[in-house]
Amino acid sequence: MTTMTAKSQTASRFVPAIFAAVLGLALITLTGHVQAAALHDAAHDVRHATGFPCH
Amino acid sequence: MTSRFLVSALFAGALAGVIIGLLQLVFVQPVLLHAELYESGELVHFGAEAVSAHPALPGFDLMRDGLSVIFTMLTYTGYALILVAAMSFGEDRGARIDGRWGILWGVAGFVAFHLAPGFTLAPEVPGVAAADVALRQVWWFATAIAACVALWLLAFGQNWAAWGAAALLLAAPHLIGAPEPETFTGPVPTEIGALFAARALGVGLAAWVLLGCFAGYFWQREGEHAAQAA
Repeated sequence: MTTMTAKSQTASRFVPAIFAAVLGLALITLTGHVQAAALHDAAHDVRHATGFPCH
Repeated sequence: MTSRFLVSALFAGALAGVIIGLLQLVFVQPVLLHAELYESGELVHFGAEAVSAHPALPGFDLMRDGLSVIFTMLTYTGYALILVAAMSFGEDRGARIDGRWGILWGVAGFVAFHLAPGFTLAPEVPGVAAADVALRQVWWFATAIAACVALWLLAFGQNWAAWGAAALLLAAPHLIGAPEPETFTGPVPTEIGALFAARALGVGLAAWVLLGCFAGYFWQREGEHAAQAA
């Protein structure tokens, strides 16, 4: 890492950062927004408490 | 490099998620259970007789409350992944990322994902009247994303054009307005609804402060480990 320039460090982690953000977005979509009955019932209280639109 | 994102987000999200799950069980869940007594019709507001404000509530339910803690951990791990991604972009632009500065990032996350959508679509108590859920979800995502961009522009923008655009992005979703119900049909007393929204936002702030602090700490620590290994 110390031999890397700041610019190459920025480039080397751009793709992993986007990957992490998309994965995170997918996760909150699944836990907070997908309306499938089983998911909705299991996550019901969390969705209300976290301020997601629930019903 | 990918592992630095995944490991720091997983640690921060799981750790913060357990604490937040417990905070929600203590502070939000009793209000929710109280509201459900009105949602189910067991209690009736403005009926023939005045109703006690302190009814007996169901106690701890291992399956229901256990699932809630697990889903809270998953939700905040998702948020942590988004947060460390944003932190890495911030670090590239000269921001210092550690546990202490992470608190500020956490507050920003709270504003983007709780306060901004909640400003018009207040956290809903069960039984509340509301517009179609899909439309509200579209508005929720649009508002949260607009707030993320706005806060980024406020923090890293260099000129008034950027800051002005940020103000516009913060205000626009609320000027346009969220999907609202045609009529009010909620059976839950307003006292419970107000307390629920306040509790949800309060726990949300505590949640994001913890998440930001942990994410900053683990991001920095994983970076040091990687530097030592290199």
